[in-house]
Amino acid sequence: MSEASLYFLQQLINGLTIGSTYALIAIGYTMVYGIIGMINFAHGEIYMIGSYISFIVIAGLLGMGMVALPVILVIALVIAVFTASTYGWAVERVAYRPLRGSNRLIPLISAIGMSIFLQNYVVLAQGSRDVALAPQISGSWTFGDPQLFEVSLSYMQLLIWVVTVVCMTALTLFISRSRMGRACRACSEDQGMTNLLGIDTNRTIAMTFVIGAALAAVAGLLLGLYYGVVNPFVGFIAGLKAFTAAVLGGIGSIPGAMLGGLILGVTEALTSAYFPSEYKDVVSFGLLILILLFRPSGLLGKPEVEKV
Amino acid sequence: MMRQNFYTAFFAAGITLILTCLMVGVKLTSEGTELRVVGATAAQWTWIFGGIAIVFLSQLFRDQISAASAGIPRPNLGKLLPAVSVQARLKPWLIAAVIVGLIVWPFMVSRGAVDLATLTLIYVMLGLGLNIVVGLAGLLDLGYVAFYAIGAYTYALLSSYFGLSFWVCLPISALLAATFGFVLGFPVLRLRGDYLAIVTLGFGEIIRILLNNWTGLTGGPNGISGIDKPTLFGLEFNRRASDGATTFHEFMGIDYSSSYKVIFLYLIAVLLVIWVLFVINRLMRMPIGRAWEALREDEIACRSLGLNRTVIKLSAFTFGASTAGFAGCFFAARQGFISPESFVFIESAIILAIVVLGGMGSQFGVILAAIVMTILPEFAREFSEYRMLLFGLLMVLMMRWRPQGLLPSKRPHMELKR
Repeated sequence: MSEASLYFLQQLINGLTIGSTYALIAIGYTMVYGIIGMINFAHGEIYMIGSYISFIVIAGLLGMGMVALPVILVIALVIAVFTASTYGWAVERVAYRPLRGSNRLIPLISAIGMSIFLQNYVVLAQGSRDVALAPQISGSWTFGDPQLFEVSLSYMQLLIWVVTVVCMTALTLFISRSRMGRACRACSEDQGMTNLLGIDTNRTIAMTFVIGAALAAVAGLLLGLYYGVVNPFVGFIAGLKAFTAAVLGGIGSIPGAMLGGLILGVTEALTSAYFPSEYKDVVSFGLLILILLFRPSGLLGKPEVEKV
Repeated sequence: MMRQNFYTAFFAAGITLILTCLMVGVKLTSEGTELRVVGATAAQWTWIFGGIAIVFLSQLFRDQISAASAGIPRPNLGKLLPAVSVQARLKPWLIAAVIVGLIVWPFMVSRGAVDLATLTLIYVMLGLGLNIVVGLAGLLDLGYVAFYAIGAYTYALLSSYFGLSFWVCLPISALLAATFGFVLGFPVLRLRGDYLAIVTLGFGEIIRILLNNWTGLTGGPNGISGIDKPTLFGLEFNRRASDGATTFHEFMGIDYSSSYKVIFLYLIAVLLVIWVLFVINRLMRMPIGRAWEALREDEIACRSLGLNRTVIKLSAFTFGASTAGFAGCFFAARQGFISPESFVFIESAIILAIVVLGGMGSQFGVILAAIVMTILPEFAREFSEYRMLLFGLLMVLMMRWRPQGLLPSKRPHMELKR
């Protein structure tokens, strides 16, 4: 292979890594949108909180003298997912549930308020500076021609891929097979009817928030380990990116969110590889505008029918 | 009943504990390259458990609390205003009195107060502009600050590269911002409301990133400094005149005082606000203004009555953008220095909060909210670190308890009884 194609392959690997975490966050947006038709603006902050909690747990366990890394990571994952899910649930309960059935703008504004609140809550609790964690998982496979360009696939990237695939498979099975998943799909079809059939819609909606938050926390742990830093402001831009991914794939569609995340991640990696990297955000938002122009329902979404 | 409340209270307290114990209860600190976890101080734990106790008690006695709060008489702000006929008679006098008051006032107070008032007036302008988009037309624009930035940078660049004066740049800024609004709005306004919110948010970010990275033109993060101040028919407000110009104090034959400049800027702001208010008021009474509100209320009904929704939305969006361009131009002139730092998302959120707090669509409410939002932080300096936290909380609480805003706009209307 030539040098250019090896370089391209490396960018593809990096892009797929970031893209899979975008996909994990995007699931939260798309599920909530699919079921109640609102943009959960605070979702990015939940991701940031998940990142913080996992840092706290990892640093705490390391401080206590624990050495078995897999155990530490699993404990961090469990606690981060649990806490972030609680945040997701509480946000829904406090800021969105009382507003259900009102004008569309109202929950959206409430969500923006919640996002600002959570961000500044973390600033006050943990400080606004970057928190850095030493790399926990090091080492990588390299291949390609050492004289031209060596492509490296780090174990961390591989871990991100594996965890994402596992989460996505579990979610797909959950949505398609389980009783709760069925209730969830029914709710997004017709809430009133679902309610009549004896399904607690409030509980189902709360559950989508919990699942979204849990996946965001997984992404928070993974991206936190990958970059090694976190600050209270990472949630805003990550949330925006993930939302772009969700729209790209077709909002409301879960496979769409996965696809959109991957496409967005790869696009970003390629942009920053061949152009100045400051412009990668410009390209991804430009992509969002283009998609909305030419295919407003996204790649895998179904067009929405307006009813009187 | 009590028992049920007890379970709920217990549950709520448990949730609060989970939410706070890891986030507030411990703190991450870096020691060299190592990351350590430090437990919270006793005072913080007192706060945490205090909060949990409050949540527990408020849930436990929530029946009693809601019964007690229902007993509190609510002030009806609408009743404070006199009847419609009296209002109509008093209106011209009232407007004249307010304008005279606004003009006389700066000569009696300190320089700092006038400066703060100028800032407030900028926010009034921005609030009124966004009110067209959000309040009247019902389009959620989260990137409003981008048009503000375009206005500000237009003046800054034109004045530093071509030496154009403030008064020439003012309409150019507004026009350019309007053009951007038009170009962005044209494709996007066909979309449903919440997509629009995200696209405008993305647009705001794009503009900020461009301003930050296009170092050759905009100076990047360093911004542009030394922007010319406005002049009064060519008279400058500096201590010494630049080449070939006269200063205000020399012309008038009075001693130099730096407060003239501040007062002059304030008076320009008053003028601009009155102009914006006048234009918006006229627009609201025109068919296009009526169409904005009709479209906000029911889009499908409007379309079936033959209104072109793209044109209507686009006009609202463009007018809103041009107002922001106006405000941006003035902002650049007042500060004399601008950088991308002034045009971040949180600024858009503050302007949106002004519109929401004031009551969407209500101009008087928006003005009031702009005053509250800019003056209040000045009084609450010691709480400044909590400012944004409370601000977010306020937005959520407003949506829960008073989504129509402090002073909702009232129109004579009738409702069909179903």
